Amino acid sequence: MQVFISTLIDGLNQGSVYALIALGYSMVYGIAKMLNFAHGDVIMVGAYALFVSITQLELPIPVTFLLCVIISATLGFVVEKLAYKPLRKATPIAVLITAIGVSYLLQNIALLVFGSRRKMFTPFLKLGSLKVGGISIPMISFVIIGTMLVIMIGLQLFIKKTKTGIAMLAVSEDKAAAQLMGININRTISITFIIGSALAGIAAILYSAKYMTVDPYTGSLFGIKAFAAAVFGGIGSIPGAMIGGILIGVFEAMTTGYLPGNLTQASDGFAFAILIIMLILKPTGIFGTKRIEKV
Amino acid sequence: MLKIENLHVYYGVIEAIKGISFYVNEGEVVSLIGANGAGKTTILHAITGLVPAKKGRVTFGDVNLLKMPAHKIVSWGIAHVPEGRHVFGQLTVYDNLKLGAYTRKDKEEIEDTLSMVYKRFPRLEERKNQLAGTLSGGEQQMLAIGRALMSHPKIILMDEPSMGLSPLYVSEIFDIIKQISESGTTVLLVEQNAKKALSIANRAYVLETGRIVLEGSGSELMNNESVKKAYLGE
Repeated sequence: MQVFISTLIDGLNQGSVYALIALGYSMVYGIAKMLNFAHGDVIMVGAYALFVSITQLELPIPVTFLLCVIISATLGFVVEKLAYKPLRKATPIAVLITAIGVSYLLQNIALLVFGSRRKMFTPFLKLGSLKVGGISIPMISFVIIGTMLVIMIGLQLFIKKTKTGIAMLAVSEDKAAAQLMGININRTISITFIIGSALAGIAAILYSAKYMTVDPYTGSLFGIKAFAAAVFGGIGSIPGAMIGGILIGVFEAMTTGYLPGNLTQASDGFAFAILIIMLILKPTGIFGTKRIEKV
Repeated sequence: MLKIENLHVYYGVIEAIKGISFYVNEGEVVSLIGANGAGKTTILHAITGLVPAKKGRVTFGDVNLLKMPAHKIVSWGIAHVPEGRHVFGQLTVYDNLKLGAYTRKDKEEIEDTLSMVYKRFPRLEERKNQLAGTLSGGEQQMLAIGRALMSHPKIILMDEPSMGLSPLYVSEIFDIIKQISESGTTVLLVEQNAKKALSIANRAYVLETGRIVLEGSGSELMNNESVKKAYLGE
């Protein structure tokens, strides 16, 4: 029972970080109708920004957090402007290849600047742990899950209640009609990239606080799994990204925790196995819907 | 008020609009009629910037509309009710209407327009919290018109508002267009239902494969032999 609970909490943690990243994939897909495969690497850049500002610049911790989010958001904005915007009328495959290219570019820049060796953080969030009935749960776990919940609720409110949020929904549904309302499509896409990348920055903080390491490939496997989570939950859907992220995280933790030793090595593969099963049973994901258009 | 001069529009290498000129005066109802594929919708799309024009001029008052990005058009007082309605089905009726006023700033004026739209379309008020996708075709058309009115336009461009509607709704929609015109908004109407379109038009143009072949007052065209034969089925 104790093992189960701590595994579950571990999974919820991992899942919360996946969910934050999955949101970026999902929002960008919903609005720009593209898969931004460089999204995972934004986390890596954010984590390096955090690393430099903590260990080398020795800035106060809240400032380093802010810097990490701002740098991530700016990176997302710049990548969209330079790499994707010129391809607005290109075929989806051209955009996809470009996104993969941007992903490798970011990884290689990180390799050049920081080298391939894994960097270790000095502990920057000393929160201790909570003992409940013989189980010791690190406080950081609560911080991660709590942050994710607050962001989900905030994002839902932003999208459903604010003028900008509703405009984003309009763009995601019907670009031509949205333009007739006076909505600037390019601006809306930029806002989406900024929000998605800022969330990736937050994910970078949570990830670094827990695992304390960063290397040039930090974002790539993480990004791919978060992408799987977004598809699992129904790409384009915000609750879908959350549920998908949590489920993939918990499933992964459970397989790592309970499978016999040599199978644990394959836990990355299990995340994708359940994705494949899901897509066979319900191709649109948990919350995905097929749109019916009345003519 | 709205002046189109020598407009050419291409889809790839195909010339869809082959040098069209026409105008709409303030307060008029002007109809463009013609068969499927004559280029009626393309003209409206070129006016509101949804498709680029190759050549020509489109002016609204003193403002040159060509080369203006589509999202800037509506704030000049030009609303476009697109063919097939294009309401935002995943959003509520209320959110759809609010989006119609997206470029307007004054909250009180927006509220005034909203109550005006609700007065004109009581059914929209009854269903304001319903998703637009759950409305019937006729109700969606009303929503599309109401949404356009929310921008408080000087001119409203309507693309096939009667398409796919039951005869009862068709009459209702045309009554509404008449009311909109009477309340001082200029109307440019594109329709396949030539009889209805001519009956409410001050002036009309007949379009055939990207060219204007006839023009005149609504009643003139109604009595024109070739229009009767080709479009009125008499």
